[in-house]
Amino acid sequence: MSTVTLTIDGQRVTVPEGTSLLHAAEEIGVEVPHYCYHAALSAPAQCRLCLVDVEGAPKPMPSCVTQAQDGQVVRTDEGLAREMRKGVLEFYLINHPLDCPICDQSGECKLQDYVHSEGRAHGRGVEPKRVFGRDDFGGDVLFYGDRCVMCTRCVRFMEEMAQDPVLTVVERGDRAVIDTFFEQGLKDSSWSGNIVDICPVGALVSKDFLHKARAWDLDHTPSVCPNCSQGCNVDIHTRDNVVHRLKPRENPEVNGHWMCDYGRGHYEWMNRSDRIEEPFVRGDGGWSAPGWHGALASLRERLQDCRGPVHAVASAHASNEDLAALRELVERIGGGDIVYRSARAPDEVPLPGFPMLARRRDLAPNTRGAELLGMRRVGGDDASGGLDEVAASTGTLIVLGDELADQPEDFGSRAELFAYLGAHPAPAARSAHFVLPVTTFAEQEGTFTNVQTRVQRFEPALRAPGSAQPAWQVLGALTASLAGER
Amino acid sequence: MAYPYVHEREVRMISRNFGDPAARTLDGYRERGGYKGLERAFEIGPAAVIDEVKASGLRGRGGAGFPTGLKWSFMPKAGVKPHYLLCNADESEPGTFKDRELIRWDPHQLIEGCLIAAYAMGSRHAYIYLRGEFFEASQVMARAVEEAYERGFAGRRILGSENDIEVTVHVGAGAYICGEETGLMNSLEGRRGEPRVKPPFPAAVGVYSMPTTINNVETLAAVPHIVEHGGEWYRQWGTDKSPGTKLFCVSGHVEKPGNYELPLGFPMMELIEDVCGGMAGGRALKSVIPGGSSVPLMDVEDCRECTLCYEGVEAAGSMLGCASVIVMDDRTNIVREVRRMVQFYAHESCGQCTPCREGTPWMTQVLRRIEAGGGTEADLDTLLDMSAQMTGTTICVLSDSAAAPVVSSIEKFRDEYLALIHGAERAEVA
Repeated sequence: MSTVTLTIDGQRVTVPEGTSLLHAAEEIGVEVPHYCYHAALSAPAQCRLCLVDVEGAPKPMPSCVTQAQDGQVVRTDEGLAREMRKGVLEFYLINHPLDCPICDQSGECKLQDYVHSEGRAHGRGVEPKRVFGRDDFGGDVLFYGDRCVMCTRCVRFMEEMAQDPVLTVVERGDRAVIDTFFEQGLKDSSWSGNIVDICPVGALVSKDFLHKARAWDLDHTPSVCPNCSQGCNVDIHTRDNVVHRLKPRENPEVNGHWMCDYGRGHYEWMNRSDRIEEPFVRGDGGWSAPGWHGALASLRERLQDCRGPVHAVASAHASNEDLAALRELVERIGGGDIVYRSARAPDEVPLPGFPMLARRRDLAPNTRGAELLGMRRVGGDDASGGLDEVAASTGTLIVLGDELADQPEDFGSRAELFAYLGAHPAPAARSAHFVLPVTTFAEQEGTFTNVQTRVQRFEPALRAPGSAQPAWQVLGALTASLAGER
Repeated sequence: MAYPYVHEREVRMISRNFGDPAARTLDGYRERGGYKGLERAFEIGPAAVIDEVKASGLRGRGGAGFPTGLKWSFMPKAGVKPHYLLCNADESEPGTFKDRELIRWDPHQLIEGCLIAAYAMGSRHAYIYLRGEFFEASQVMARAVEEAYERGFAGRRILGSENDIEVTVHVGAGAYICGEETGLMNSLEGRRGEPRVKPPFPAAVGVYSMPTTINNVETLAAVPHIVEHGGEWYRQWGTDKSPGTKLFCVSGHVEKPGNYELPLGFPMMELIEDVCGGMAGGRALKSVIPGGSSVPLMDVEDCRECTLCYEGVEAAGSMLGCASVIVMDDRTNIVREVRRMVQFYAHESCGQCTPCREGTPWMTQVLRRIEAGGGTEADLDTLLDMSAQMTGTTICVLSDSAAAPVVSSIEKFRDEYLALIHGAERAEVA
């Protein structure tokens, strides 16, 4: 590939031919402010914020669409470029409501950032401001027209990525405003949350997140979306050990910049407070809570004594590490069939503009991992049924993560040994001899294997309640101690 | 009746049929010498047509004054991709009313010009994009195109030759910005009328993403005459850098406003005093906008020696533009006039680029406040600052156009601004 060498802000940089000045500047760590440009969308060059001074050019050039040329001398940080940006930023503020104290975007707002770093100290606008007010765009999206910088990223996302052009610019000049196609709105869109993400200001905000938290109070933990087998890379945003939202994290090989509304919307379960907080053991005198040491010691003893067939129920929501540890244990105690149940949607929901991304039919994050570990999917597409044989087991029965919601009260009642490892109480596990609290994926480190067989890592975003432990630690400890015995 | 005002110093070439309804029909046009240019074009071939137009020195009459022959030569050689010719008949610049007259009096002249231009550039389809408000003109044009099709002057095998050229009349929806060439293309394609980022230029990627040339009505109207009589013949009028004749649309405070076809280089004061019969009511001249509302204002001093050609008006500190001469007498409130123009641009801004979308209404607000006596001297600095931020910073030149009269009026008529500003202060004291 041929390259060009140019000078940006006094630094020489060599980039492939055809690179825009904006990207060339990125190469040397210079961010040229911009709104309308987004790496995944077409570039209309209309915000006029990324204008830079190119030596010899008759006027400032939009760096997002101007290609780097050999020998070019570009200034982004002083003189004309800085003056122009200062001017454009002043224009943005002429009609902006400056309602940062009540705006959800505050703290992660590009208008705030740019104006703070290089805008005028004092505005000169004294005229009455234009007012658009608030509009419900449908779905999870609210539109605050007064905050809009008219970058049209949202319109272009719906056109180019979702290929569902239900947003447009109506009217012209300073009356121009983003609007939906009559009453249709975004209610039928499966990808509309992304326009909230790419809105550089607080014009498009999430109803779900509205006034829940200030951006600067949120901790961001890199993770993987647990809501389908696509495995979109996400950040889990938490405050005070509560998940407030999921945001896509860029990964060009998996989800680009995007994630679906379904995945984004299913996080409340991570905040469930009905948790198993300590290990319980059922003996002749009923339930006791002997602590981890006592519980594991007695479980190990029981496992050693068991001679019947081994059955295990796993979950495709568990990490590879948890599942592998379960398999190790099952093998250690004589081997047996490991099954899992997982929900499956009738259809995939693709994002047409980014073909490798879809809300997959498999609504669990690790079905591929379970498959690769030799586990067998049973039951229906609503993640129920298929456990008749297991329920009637007379040998050893281990359940990891499946809440058995559809199962009868006498599930596992004939088992010689029944251990239940879960995060939430499972009424059908009343016959269990051991109920052991394990963490959810959001509280532990681990990996999921996505539909592309890509193993992706996630980190703990929440503190685990009580003495809940990652399942791989519990199962691994058991296996290790059993191995020590032999 | 004769066209409202005709003056003996006019050179009536493209306007020769103004006021003559009989020329609107194909037969009427032919009787008056029409379609000879097309016949000659077919004889000499496309390359020779472009050479004649180059030799004539014809410059684009839409405002920019770009040499037409050169523009035509930018089109790639005819190949697999279709080429398009667009005729920009979206005449909307305040003060301009020449194209409308060319269309309503002499539609076949324009069709002939389109056919020759399309032929020269290997285009088999010409679109005539008419301004939405041109009701009568669009009817006349549609009728003429229909007649041209019926009589074999458009469509397949024109005049029995091998040349096929479709001519389509398209009426816009009434937006100034659709007169900007790429805005026009978007509008023609059914998109929002928003100018496109250049490059790519229309000659490479134009309407329907195909090589396209876009010419003004008046430019194309001159083409049949140039091709029929030769480029050198056309140069007998005008100056070396601005050859030929030009329609001057004179409006404002003159006795006889109207369209006058004059050789380029005609002295401005003679246009006002002689051709237009002098200032209305014998009042004194205050200012002239020589090229439509987008160009800087001139004061009396600028006008005195000004000759009306591209280089002449530029030397006088303004631009010939589309030669829409707006004459203002000594009673004119310049601030009000400037505000009115800027308000027009604010209304017509497409809203894509921030400096234009936000700047034009802001300017209007500030000017309105000054007009009403609420201004300060600092406002003038703000206006000049804004103007600088709106010049050369946007996709098209609409915001530049709004800034030009603001800058030139503050420069040349600062006293009028100050009178409004300080008059208000005096009133407050009283």
